[in-house]
Amino acid sequence: MTLPDAEQTLAALVETMRGAVAFDARFIGIYSGGAWLADRLAQAIPGDHPVGYIDVSYYRDDFNRTGLKPAVKASEIPFEVEGATIVLVDDVLFTGRSVRAAINELFDYGRPAAVELAVLVDRGGRELPIEATWAGTRLAVARDVSIVLSRDDDGRLALSTEAAPEAGRA
Amino acid sequence: MRNPQLAADGSLAHLLTLEGLPAEIIVGILDAAVPFASISERDVKKVPLLRGRSVFNLFFENSTRTRTTFEIAAKRLSADVINLNIGFSSTSKGETLLDTVDNLVAMNADMFVVRHSQSGAPHLIAAHLNRTGRGHVRVINAGDGRHAHPTQGLLDLFTIRHYKQDFRNLTVAIVGDVLHSRVARSLIHGLTTLGTAEVRAIGPKTLLPTAVQAMGVQVHHDMRTGLAGCDVVVMLRLQSERMKGALLPSAGEYFKHYGLTQEKLAVAKPDAIVMHPGPMNRGVEIDSSVADGDRSVILPQVTFGIAVRMAVMSMLASS
Repeated sequence: MTLPDAEQTLAALVETMRGAVAFDARFIGIYSGGAWLADRLAQAIPGDHPVGYIDVSYYRDDFNRTGLKPAVKASEIPFEVEGATIVLVDDVLFTGRSVRAAINELFDYGRPAAVELAVLVDRGGRELPIEATWAGTRLAVARDVSIVLSRDDDGRLALSTEAAPEAGRA
Repeated sequence: MRNPQLAADGSLAHLLTLEGLPAEIIVGILDAAVPFASISERDVKKVPLLRGRSVFNLFFENSTRTRTTFEIAAKRLSADVINLNIGFSSTSKGETLLDTVDNLVAMNADMFVVRHSQSGAPHLIAAHLNRTGRGHVRVINAGDGRHAHPTQGLLDLFTIRHYKQDFRNLTVAIVGDVLHSRVARSLIHGLTTLGTAEVRAIGPKTLLPTAVQAMGVQVHHDMRTGLAGCDVVVMLRLQSERMKGALLPSAGEYFKHYGLTQEKLAVAKPDAIVMHPGPMNRGVEIDSSVADGDRSVILPQVTFGIAVRMAVMSMLASS
C-alpha cells in the first residue's frame, strides 16, 4: 500500500491543532515515535508548550504475554501534571491500548485538568473506547500490517509498513 | 545437569548465582534497572508490572536491609509481598525446607526470595521446583551461606557502571573478609564476566580463601600496594558472627592494618569510589571520615539496589 508522506501529514496535523490547543498545554510524547512528534509539535504550535516523554512498557496489559522489552526508556515528565492540560502524542493510533497505558501512567504523576490526544495516523481497529482529538490522517489498514514511523539523521520523519508480529496488537 | 537458573532456551528462570551467568544476561539486568531507578523518584512510586503476583520473602537467616529492599522492590512493582521470617526456629516443628516450599506453592506463590545460612539452599529449592514441573515459580537467592548473593553483586556492578562506565579499563580492589563473604564471591564472578581489567583481593591470609587466585584475582596482603592506582574500593564487613577460631587478633588490630582511612585511600586514583555492602562497622573496616566522605557511594548503592531487584523480579516474572 502507499502511505502518505510523514512530513506532509505532520504539517496537516499542525494545521488542525493550530488555534485549538491551549496556550499553556503540556505535550507528552509516547516513546519513541510520539516523542519525536511531541518535540516537533511543541515548536510548531503557538504557545508555551513544555515537553515530556512517557514509556508505557510498565503499564501495558500484554506484559504477561510478551515480557519485559529490552530497551525500556525512563519516562521523563519535567513539569507538574496536576491541574495541567496535557496533550498526549503518539505516532499511530490502532487498538488504543498504548494510549490507555499512557493515561494510566500519567495519573500516577498527578490529576491533569484535561487530557487530549494527537496522533499522526489513525488507522482504526480500536479495541477500547479511545479516540484522537486530532489526527494528521485517517487510513484503513489490514490488521496484520504495522505502520512504523522512523526518523533519519537529519530529523526527517517517514512512514513505512511491516508485517505485524502478532495480529491484533499495536 | 543443566544449571537450574537457566531455562532450556538460555533465558533466566531463577537467579541463584552470578557464577557462569552469561555476560548478556548480566548486562541485560543492568540495562533494565536503569529506567526502574527513575520510578523511585516519582510521587507515585509504583508501576503495575507484577500486579496480582505473590512474592514470598523466605528468610531463614536474619536480615533487615536485604529483606526490606526486596519488599520495597516487589511493592513498587505492585506485587503482594508476604514476609516469612523463619529465623532459627525453621526446623523447630520438624518441617523440612522442601515441605515448607511445597506448602507455600500450594498457597499459589509466584516467586520466592530466599535467604539461608546454608550454601545451596536456594539451588535446592529451584531444582526441586523445576523437577516437579513447577519451574514457573521463580527463586531469587538473597544470600546463601558463604556461597552467593547475586542481587548484591548486581547492584555493586550497577553502581560501578554508573560511576565508571566501562569495566574493561578498571582496577577494582575488594578489601577484608573475603573468606566469609558471599558478596565478594558474587562480585568477583560478575566483574570477571564483564571483563574487568584487574580485580584485587586485599586482606590478611586468614581471611582470604586459599584458592582465591583461581577466580582470576590478584592477592595482596598490604593495603598500600593493594590500593595503589585503584578505581573502585569495595570494603567488606568483618563478619565476626561467622568466624570460628582465632582468625584475627582484635578489631583494633584489624583496623590498624586493613581499616580504610583517608591516608590509606590516598594511594588509590583521585577519583576512586568507595563502596560497602553494609551494614558497616565504623572504626573496624572503615573510618567514618571515609564512609561519610565525598568519594563514598555507599548510600547510592542502597538506592540502586531497589532498581536492580525490580529489574530481576520483572525479568523473572515475564520470562
